[in-house]
Amino acid sequence: MQRRVFVKSGALALVTMGLSPSFLRRTAMGMELPLAVKGKVLICLFQRGAADALSVVVPHGERAYYQLRSTIAIPQPTRVGSAPSAIDLDGFFGLHPSLAPLKPLWDVGMLAPIHAVGSPSNTRSHFDAQDYMESGTPDTKGTTDGWLNRYLATSGTCEQCAPTPFRAVAMTPQTPRILQGLAPTVAMNSLDEFAPRAAGGDQIARLEALYRTGSADLIHSSGSEMFDAMKMLKSANPQQYQPANGAEYPKSQFGQRLKQIAQLIKSKVGMEIAFADVGGWDTHVNQGGATGQLAQRLDDFAQSIAALTNDLGEGMENVVILTMSEFGRMARQNGNGGTDHGHAGAMFVIGGSVKGKKVYGKWPGLQQEQLFEGRDLALTTDFRSVFSEIATKHLGATNTGAMFPGFNSATHLGLLG
Amino acid sequence: MQYPTKVAVAAAVAFLAACGGSPAAQVESAPKMAAAPPEPMPVESGPREQTADEQVNHVLNRLTFGARPGDVEAVRTMGVDRWIDLQLHPERINDAKSDQYFAALESYNEPSQTLQQKYPPPNQLLQRLGAKGDRSKLTPAETAELRDATAGVRKVTIEAQSGRVDRALLSERQLQEVMTDFWLNHFSVYIQKGPPERYQLAQYESKVIRPNSLGKFRTLLDAVAKSPAMLFYLDNWESQADSNRPRLVPLPGAGRGGRNARGGLLTQQQQQALAKRRGGLNENYGRELLELHTLGVDGGYTQQDVINVARALTGWTFPRPQQGGGGFEFNPQMHDAGEKTVLGHKLAAGRGIEDGEDVLDIVARHPATAHYIAYKLARRFVSDTPPAGLVDRAAETFRRTDGDIRAVVRTIITSQEFFAQKAYRSKVKSPFEVVVSALRALGAQPDGTLRTAQTVATLGEPIYGHQAPNGWPETGDQWMNTGAILNRINFGVAIAAGKVPGVSPTNWKGAETLVNAPIDQQVDGVVAALLGGGVSPDTRAILITGQNPFLASAAALDTTPEMARPKDKDPLDPDEVMMMLPDPSGGPPQRGPARDRAFGKLQPPTKGLALIVGLAIGSPEFQRR
Repeated sequence: MQRRVFVKSGALALVTMGLSPSFLRRTAMGMELPLAVKGKVLICLFQRGAADALSVVVPHGERAYYQLRSTIAIPQPTRVGSAPSAIDLDGFFGLHPSLAPLKPLWDVGMLAPIHAVGSPSNTRSHFDAQDYMESGTPDTKGTTDGWLNRYLATSGTCEQCAPTPFRAVAMTPQTPRILQGLAPTVAMNSLDEFAPRAAGGDQIARLEALYRTGSADLIHSSGSEMFDAMKMLKSANPQQYQPANGAEYPKSQFGQRLKQIAQLIKSKVGMEIAFADVGGWDTHVNQGGATGQLAQRLDDFAQSIAALTNDLGEGMENVVILTMSEFGRMARQNGNGGTDHGHAGAMFVIGGSVKGKKVYGKWPGLQQEQLFEGRDLALTTDFRSVFSEIATKHLGATNTGAMFPGFNSATHLGLLG
Repeated sequence: MQYPTKVAVAAAVAFLAACGGSPAAQVESAPKMAAAPPEPMPVESGPREQTADEQVNHVLNRLTFGARPGDVEAVRTMGVDRWIDLQLHPERINDAKSDQYFAALESYNEPSQTLQQKYPPPNQLLQRLGAKGDRSKLTPAETAELRDATAGVRKVTIEAQSGRVDRALLSERQLQEVMTDFWLNHFSVYIQKGPPERYQLAQYESKVIRPNSLGKFRTLLDAVAKSPAMLFYLDNWESQADSNRPRLVPLPGAGRGGRNARGGLLTQQQQQALAKRRGGLNENYGRELLELHTLGVDGGYTQQDVINVARALTGWTFPRPQQGGGGFEFNPQMHDAGEKTVLGHKLAAGRGIEDGEDVLDIVARHPATAHYIAYKLARRFVSDTPPAGLVDRAAETFRRTDGDIRAVVRTIITSQEFFAQKAYRSKVKSPFEVVVSALRALGAQPDGTLRTAQTVATLGEPIYGHQAPNGWPETGDQWMNTGAILNRINFGVAIAAGKVPGVSPTNWKGAETLVNAPIDQQVDGVVAALLGGGVSPDTRAILITGQNPFLASAAALDTTPEMARPKDKDPLDPDEVMMMLPDPSGGPPQRGPARDRAFGKLQPPTKGLALIVGLAIGSPEFQRR
């Protein structure tokens, strides 16, 4: 499939009229694309390294949990004033104490944890499992594109939406696997960097002229599009950004990236998909319990997300945040006070339209015979059913068959209204 | 991945006859020594659409990583056809300068095993020292050991990644380098697959791929199949017979790794014990062998073929990857000795390594493989949508010569389609090609650090950094996007500012006469050196004066630094070097991303020749080849 084809004179004419070539590209893809819903944003956050789901969403009502995790289990919820312990959600599950910043979201019904969710593949390789979670095709290695890109490629932007180069933005140095594919996306480390690195002089103006002149081929059109994008970003002036509602983002890379995602949303540059990732979850050794290594990672994670939701405020009505990690970790702790690679994990879905205040997913239990291959939390929800529900109900996707080839289950958890 | 429908061989033959051409290439004999007399040069006859000058530019654009000063004259003097023939025979080309450079790099001269033992992965070392997670427990001697290991791993990484750039920059055997790049991408491996992988890369490139890059496809396939780099990347090293399958018993005293290293079959109990301990069949390599390395995804194989290919290749392994391993060996105890059928061929029960050898024979000689490889080569050399007739002729050469890569490439690069107007400058450069062609045009020296390799990564093609086994894209539509152009422009800006190591915008062969010349001469000199002379009058006008109708109307972007800029980071902070590629296991929180380091700093205004060089590299014309 040819991604972009331009009518030679047409593209140039439109460029001079100020229309972005991405508008043309959409038409040129030659597809009748369904229309996305105006103003909806999906933010995907990937915890690379396999976060320990049993410490994140704690099954404190399960006795076996405390038997399997003699030194690293998160203690059962206690009254005020004692040592840190799980924050009770529904009498059976609780949040890790470091996730306290997310508790208000639960209380107002915007947070829906999903447990025992993940990839049906039994791989315990980070490499393969991330690949499957991002390609959306478990156990199929040959898939060249990511499922978010397939969403973009098979769904038009909305009818009233202005064409935008920022429809999908990854706050990462390279385009992540999940966004690779035919549809154009932008990957950047930071908004500051999305600019030519030349100060003063007319270098950039001349480069722009070079791309605006001459044949309307793929190279010229991509260049014109880039200059359009920079202007759009500049007029939105995200550098002068002040978070709203007193939101304070952590200084960490993750926190700063979420801040920039908020900036892009508020700049109204037409962003529909945002992506960021955060590492440090591969806790084989000295994982810690209510405090310690994992707790520190969760501090940053929760504070960053809480700042984002605070900052967006009412805007969360149109936003869904989805967190994911390639797999969970072994039910039983290992000999180094850590956990090895496991199977099913946990996700968070956060947003104004989320039917929260409920832990989703069938709980498989932690008794020996209930464990997957006798060692890991078993899987009861395929991640594709979560992804396809959010794409359908939140973004208005109609072609989930193309997004998740070979996945036929239409069962949704009912996360969104 | 898809390719044009196969046309019957008869049609290809008819096409040849209609063109009045004789069958293109003759069967190549084995590589000859430098002293051997030149053999006849079979080239496709018929008129070429490109002018003589265009042909010179074209072969330099497609069969090299870009013209250096003087290359155009050299090709013109030798004649395009003779030059092509010479490039098809790298063994006849003296490459002393490149050889000398690489003779000093440890990774290319020591077995990967030695490297890994000498510089163990830091996490492994920490674990061995019993201090993972708490470095304060280390004694001073242990701290020093850890520091040395970390430095060694960094060195191995730098040598493997920047070695790719530096060989492409230095080598006189340019077509061989282009083919090396092609096959490394066809047989792609990933540096972050796991700690052992990076130690294998220099050897994989220099011993497995390059020497076979213009040889027989079957030989190349064999070398790849037995390389620890591929065995580890696609998991075949640990693939073994499922518990219900018969396994072989090694003959006493036969050791491992040979055709005869086996006696009868293991008992069922022994089988199950082994399978329990070590897992079972892993189809990963078997699948990619068919889908990506040989037949292609539409090559007409079934899931059962995938399984049986994987079964046939069980026991193809190398020992103890985490400790540095060794070379390839066949482990009979892992091998599934049952009967199997692969693509219609029966493989009898009770055999060992021959199963895998037969599979490689079968897939290397499969007609779909001839077509798939021919298609990919034509796409690389001629056009993103190569003419079906050419692909068929190249596939026919593949079949006739039993997969002689040199002969197939010759068919393609001497064809009328190759020299068609439509093909001229029609390919978009990959990031690797952008960087290396700029360095070559400006006579850069290899810098021996990771920085040029990081620049390639910043442009979107981290070396050995493609996670999935299908390799980097070949077509322009996949390389071109909003962010890509920005990065390419910034690469030009960085060169103009003198911030790319090993290269100066004003001190290159040919620049001495330009530095103080009038601006139109400067522009013509730069256009000749960097853009092969071919630019439109508009482009020339913009480069010369900046006066252009578009320039007046395009509101110039004011990028003066009122915005907060990240502080420039130490380009070689050791931690950051290790962070060049994301660690799939997450790793510690990243400090600074690659793009900051490559050209994150706002560069001061440039003028004169440097400015023109920067503009030319950032221009649309430079993105083509």
